[in-house]
Amino acid sequence: MSSTVDAPGDRVRSGGGVQAPPPLRPRRRGIGWAQRLEIVALSGPAILMFVGFVIFPVVMAAYYGFYRWKGFGRPTDFVGLDNYVTILQDTAFQEALWHNGLIVVLSLVFQGPIAIVLALLLNQKLRGQSLIRVLIFVPYVIAEVIVGTAWALLLQTEGAVNGVLRSVGLGWLAEDWLANPSLAIWTLMLILTWKYIGFAVILFLAGMQNIPEELSEAAAVDGASYWQIQRRITVPLLGPTIRIWAFLSIIGALQLFDLVYIIWGQYVSSTAGTSTMATYMVTEGRNAGNYGYGNAVAVVLFAISMFIALVYQRFVLRRDTEGALTEGG
Amino acid sequence: MATTTRSRGNPIVYVATMMLIGLMLGPVIYIIIGGFRTNSQITTDPAGLPDPWVAANYTDVLSGETFWRQVGNSTIAAVATTIGVVVLGVMASYVLARYRFRGRGAMYALFAAGLMFPATVAITPLYILIRDLGLVNTLPGVILPQIAFGLPTTIIILVPFLRAIPKEIEEAAAIDRCSRLGFFWRMVLPLSVPGLITVGILAFIGSWNSYLLPLFILNDQDTFTLPLGVQAFSSQYSVDTAKVLAFTSLSMIPALVFFSLFERRIVGGLTGAVKG
Repeated sequence: MSSTVDAPGDRVRSGGGVQAPPPLRPRRRGIGWAQRLEIVALSGPAILMFVGFVIFPVVMAAYYGFYRWKGFGRPTDFVGLDNYVTILQDTAFQEALWHNGLIVVLSLVFQGPIAIVLALLLNQKLRGQSLIRVLIFVPYVIAEVIVGTAWALLLQTEGAVNGVLRSVGLGWLAEDWLANPSLAIWTLMLILTWKYIGFAVILFLAGMQNIPEELSEAAAVDGASYWQIQRRITVPLLGPTIRIWAFLSIIGALQLFDLVYIIWGQYVSSTAGTSTMATYMVTEGRNAGNYGYGNAVAVVLFAISMFIALVYQRFVLRRDTEGALTEGG
Repeated sequence: MATTTRSRGNPIVYVATMMLIGLMLGPVIYIIIGGFRTNSQITTDPAGLPDPWVAANYTDVLSGETFWRQVGNSTIAAVATTIGVVVLGVMASYVLARYRFRGRGAMYALFAAGLMFPATVAITPLYILIRDLGLVNTLPGVILPQIAFGLPTTIIILVPFLRAIPKEIEEAAAIDRCSRLGFFWRMVLPLSVPGLITVGILAFIGSWNSYLLPLFILNDQDTFTLPLGVQAFSSQYSVDTAKVLAFTSLSMIPALVFFSLFERRIVGGLTGAVKG
């Protein structure tokens, strides 16, 4: 990660660190004590908070994961890798992992193309353009709890969706959208697409703003049709934005929890075929009172996310990290 | 705009756009309008319009103590989180953007890595940490981790923003014997207000909508934030669909208002961070 997330062009000058070795190059205006103090005073609180509440818990999860522990007192019942063996052998976890994988792939396959088409649509000069952009972003801003509660009501067997279908004579399409195991994961995908498509569209629109207009104008002069211009110029030049979006989408899909837990609850999600690693973690860990086990699941989830993130950074994001997740180039 | 050669009135584009907006807003409108119906109306025709319109669901929720207590809790958590994230974030971002020192790259990488991991992976050990600190069932138990997890996004957005402040201004300030801290206080902060608003709104909405962390930390009804409240309400009154709809639509108002007020800044901030 350090090779890609590292600040580009970060030339380290001597004398700034706490244990700076003797300067090899002659000092320019050396960083004095006052400045060191400023650095510590300004960045110290943020680093303390971040290490204390983000890094430290993750490290502790690795420690707790080796114990059978109900969460009271200090963990004493060291079980080595037992928790991890149990996790990997548990069919419930394997199913959850499979669902996560499915959601990752389907999110990319569905949301990516739809969002590109929508962004192209909205990139045209339309009356009320800015209002449309706001409205399309609304589902993204609404809390997962509200989205979940609303869709759960809409999609009940006697809910509004089936009601509309029946009233327009499509009653045979009415389904048990949430409980039917062969359907539920698709229902979930539909809701996820609805909730998160606006984010993708806004990102893509912003990416399109950065594409110089001269390019498509020149192509138009040369007789290229609208679709040719989009396919040959706009979409390829949108590449970096698409790759960043895909990264955020993958990470989000791997850690999906809120919507599933709210709509399907802690027990139904596994029978409906929508459980995820995160819902498995909460159900088997905290809700069951097995904190050692829950922490081990967290470590597995962390390791899988980390692995995928690193592979993606290494092979996909590498060429355009500058100006992307790095320092804005 | 009238002079553009681009298809200004392509009807297909408008129809498609209208359908899109309908799809995006349909469920939201359903919640709001559904709150004006009675349960029997909803049962007989789940997809109909209110006939007659009933305001009782909304007035019931608004006159109840539960809703306002949860609004209060959510507000406290969101405001405190926002202040914490913005203050700590701008200080650290200033260091990353304007100081050169050994370890700066590592510090940046540390925060950037945090971007990859939302609170989900750390929630179980985080709960234990908060419990050991004695902060379970208190709002600080939610606020402190939210500040920490909000820092990566904030810093990623603010660093390029602060770096963009021209060096000449800093040099001019130095000539006028303004120290770096003085420069930070008198020049950087005022100049970066737009960026601070962006990250502030993101932190506010993030906290307002946050579910997993409060779910773990807050078990006492009195400390519930709105998302927990919505869920508790919808399971408690599961037969009273209309009231659930009213409660739900009222609880999404603040985030929507904030968003529509600052939409430009949010979208601008996001695209600044994820520049294509």
